[in-house]
Amino acid sequence: MSDTHVLRPKNIGARVKRVEDPRLLTGQGAFTDDRTVPGALQVAFRRSDHAHALISHIDTEAAAALPGVFAIYTAPNLPGLVGPLRATSRMPDYHPTEFYPLARGTVRYVGEPVVAVLAEDRYLAEDALELVDIEYQPLPAVSDPETAARPEATLLHAEAGTNVLATRSFARGDAPAAIAAAPLKVGGRFRFRRKTPAAIENRACLAEYDCGRRALTLTLSTQIPGVVRDVLADLLGLPGHRIRVVAPDVGGGFGGKASLYPEEILVAVLARYLGRAVRWTGDRLEDLLSTSQGFDEIVDAELGLDAEGHILALAADVVGDVGAYSIYPWTAALEPVQVVSFMPGPYRVPAYHGRVRAVATNKAPMGPYRGVGRPISTFVMERLVDMAARRLGVDPVELRRRNLVREDEFPYRTASGIVWDRSAFLGTLEGACAAADYAKLREGQAKARAAGRLYGIGVATYAELTGIGSRISAAPGMPINTGTETASIRLDSTGAVSAAFGIASHGQGLETTLAQVIADELGARIDDIEIQHGDSALVAHGTGTYASRSAVLAGGAATLAARLLKERVIRAASHLLEAAVADIDAADGRVFVVGTDRSLTFREIAKAVYSEMGRLPPDAREELEVTKVYDPVFGTTTSATHLVALEIDPRTCQVRIERYVVAEDCGRVINPLIVDGQVYGAVAQGIGAALYEEIVYDANGQLLTASLVDYVIPAAGEVPAIETAHIETESPTTVGGFRGMGEGGTIGAPAAIANALADALAPLGAEIFELPMTPERLFRLIEKAKAGGRGE
Amino acid sequence: MSRAHAITVRVNGTTYQRSVEPRLLLSDFLRYRLGLTGTHVGCEHGVCGACTVLIDGHSARACLMFAVQADGAQIETVESLGTVDNLSPLQEAFREHHALQCGFCTPGMLMTCVDLLRKYPLASDDEIRAGLSGNLCRCTGYEHIVRAVRSVVAKGRR
Repeated sequence: MSDTHVLRPKNIGARVKRVEDPRLLTGQGAFTDDRTVPGALQVAFRRSDHAHALISHIDTEAAAALPGVFAIYTAPNLPGLVGPLRATSRMPDYHPTEFYPLARGTVRYVGEPVVAVLAEDRYLAEDALELVDIEYQPLPAVSDPETAARPEATLLHAEAGTNVLATRSFARGDAPAAIAAAPLKVGGRFRFRRKTPAAIENRACLAEYDCGRRALTLTLSTQIPGVVRDVLADLLGLPGHRIRVVAPDVGGGFGGKASLYPEEILVAVLARYLGRAVRWTGDRLEDLLSTSQGFDEIVDAELGLDAEGHILALAADVVGDVGAYSIYPWTAALEPVQVVSFMPGPYRVPAYHGRVRAVATNKAPMGPYRGVGRPISTFVMERLVDMAARRLGVDPVELRRRNLVREDEFPYRTASGIVWDRSAFLGTLEGACAAADYAKLREGQAKARAAGRLYGIGVATYAELTGIGSRISAAPGMPINTGTETASIRLDSTGAVSAAFGIASHGQGLETTLAQVIADELGARIDDIEIQHGDSALVAHGTGTYASRSAVLAGGAATLAARLLKERVIRAASHLLEAAVADIDAADGRVFVVGTDRSLTFREIAKAVYSEMGRLPPDAREELEVTKVYDPVFGTTTSATHLVALEIDPRTCQVRIERYVVAEDCGRVINPLIVDGQVYGAVAQGIGAALYEEIVYDANGQLLTASLVDYVIPAAGEVPAIETAHIETESPTTVGGFRGMGEGGTIGAPAAIANALADALAPLGAEIFELPMTPERLFRLIEKAKAGGRGE
Repeated sequence: MSRAHAITVRVNGTTYQRSVEPRLLLSDFLRYRLGLTGTHVGCEHGVCGACTVLIDGHSARACLMFAVQADGAQIETVESLGTVDNLSPLQEAFREHHALQCGFCTPGMLMTCVDLLRKYPLASDDEIRAGLSGNLCRCTGYEHIVRAVRSVVAKGRR
């Protein structure tokens, strides 16, 4: 580029107040259930109360006779309208499952939809549910994943021939031999317990069918409107322009709204079949029973080090409990495989052997949850590093310094084949220690320990791939492309700028951050720019917002498109202002001849191009609309270090977090306010994962945590003030230098807290192998340690 | 179906007379009968606080009350605060401090804060956090909400 007029971005990097806030603050947001459609039929689902059973008989007669009930559907009388969802993959040794909108013959988890009642309102529909009579023939429930993986186990899906839906292994060097020969070995069996994303807005959908146009519109609380549109086109045999999937304001997702669900398909199918609007708004019980769950792995891991604490080799054997079905589109492999592939983390690991099995059980399906796999891999690896540090008598920060990939080693190919581009691994470690005044914290700890208090300091450093492009599947072998994003920007005849994308913002503030990017690249004002998203009709191909992709991919596409549009605007202006293109620039919604007072507004240029014929020669009237697709090909690396200081109350076993510091490198920061908000929110979820949240099924596959009293989400009192330090290493591989950062807090927090708990309990000789460390688990651990056993 | 009852409620300064089934939740009444969809529903068992409204000046869960129980009551919902073009000081503080992300818990959070600000000194962050502890937010980690409330308290003292 020979552009001599260096733009001074003033929106990117600024704490710009969010565009989306006024409507959300005044109750004027438009969430799925807020949309009023007269005559819409309400669906209520009778769900399985068995974990595993054959359906022998369903009697709907009494329910159907209830006044106000319109129709009742079961799998046998869904009139051949829809086939099953099958999440396919090119991955070898993978077995897809068939997931029908209503259970056919067999139920495989408590909460699986069996009967759909359509009625005038939800109260009547739920009345009718109680009159439905279902006879089941119970089958043995498979609840424990290791038992389920055995050849003699009861099968969930006979056609798969096994409950092990996916297996994979990674190897570099001879890790077992290197560990056997290592001067220092640490290891153990680690357990991360099942979570649910628990967005505050439950899942909801509304399907409207326009009989005249033969067109279906599905309003859906989802992160992936583009994916849903494409699947429905296949399932319903409709062209894409007759199916529109709209994600309006969406009340949080965190991965739980990034998969396709039976309820969504069913309302779409029935609306088209009946020619009427059909809607379903889930309640919290349904959310806890049926929204995808995550973070459920057993990891046997061992780390070998030399006498100075340099890592020699790592081995990990992972069993992931993926629930009853392989979820669409990510497959059952998504989380468990990431646990193994990210296990070596940001460290130099010369030899590695990792193996993973994704095992089906009679539980709600596993899907993406903020951090996907990496909260578990980071928990295990960071625990191993700390265990080694303790054995060596070396400070855990110092041991990390010795093993983190150094500046001169990027790009670094990890033992599992992931390539880290240049990122501030050591920079965030030092940044967190400086922000927290680590040495002083340790002094304080020494005093607290001397006074007999259980006070611990924990550190966790991790790296993640974000903004991944087309060369890497978001899930192994997945048949859909998540690696590209489209921006379509236009300057209309009033001078207003609209920018359409395939993403679907649901709290990330992308209406603001993408406007910041475009404002700087185009020279427009944020107020003149509208960001359009969450609608499958906006661009030819879109998927949505997940996997820390949107700032990187949509930000990159916006940058490319805005640059091209600006060139066209400037060429038009050069005619109107009678100046050379090279002398013209744009800022703040004005296009001006540099160094003069001659300028035009975007509105004046738009009028000249579109309306005031004769002001420009016909061949100078270029289209003021640009569409660009951006593909970061591989993606980029985001890294962070979390540092936490906490104290355990020995009487109640409650944990009080005293300091929490996050130093992170998310590349060029678009909006520090929003980055801080993402960090705080993700750390809060990580605190929940470490200390409170656990989905519990009993041995019969019954869900024991079916309310928000039992599934404990942190409230304001459980989350401390969090300090952030931004280490901005612009990504060398992405347009704009942005890195994704929405998930990181949830990745780092469980590991940092686990290390701090172990540090607090070090005087008792206990280690932490399991999360969440609820007060009850801490109590048992402390009692066992006091009794002389090593805590496990 | 059970017999309908006539109720009279005053919501955000407007009086409504409606005939409702005894089992109709106040949250559903506000959303579907009055079209006040700013009040959100997150759990229907009184834990998340998304449906918080003020009833005769006190914060309450609209999902834990029947509409008939509100007969004769004065109700304030999020729609009673500022408008898009003229945010209330509390709403403006939420925007200034980035105290909302997806915005779903926000109406309930705001109504709780209105109640807290009217009744308590909120002299410390611990006091603010204790006051917020009946409202779950899954996005923000609460810190920015605490700052927003703190800033309103500080302005009120000036």
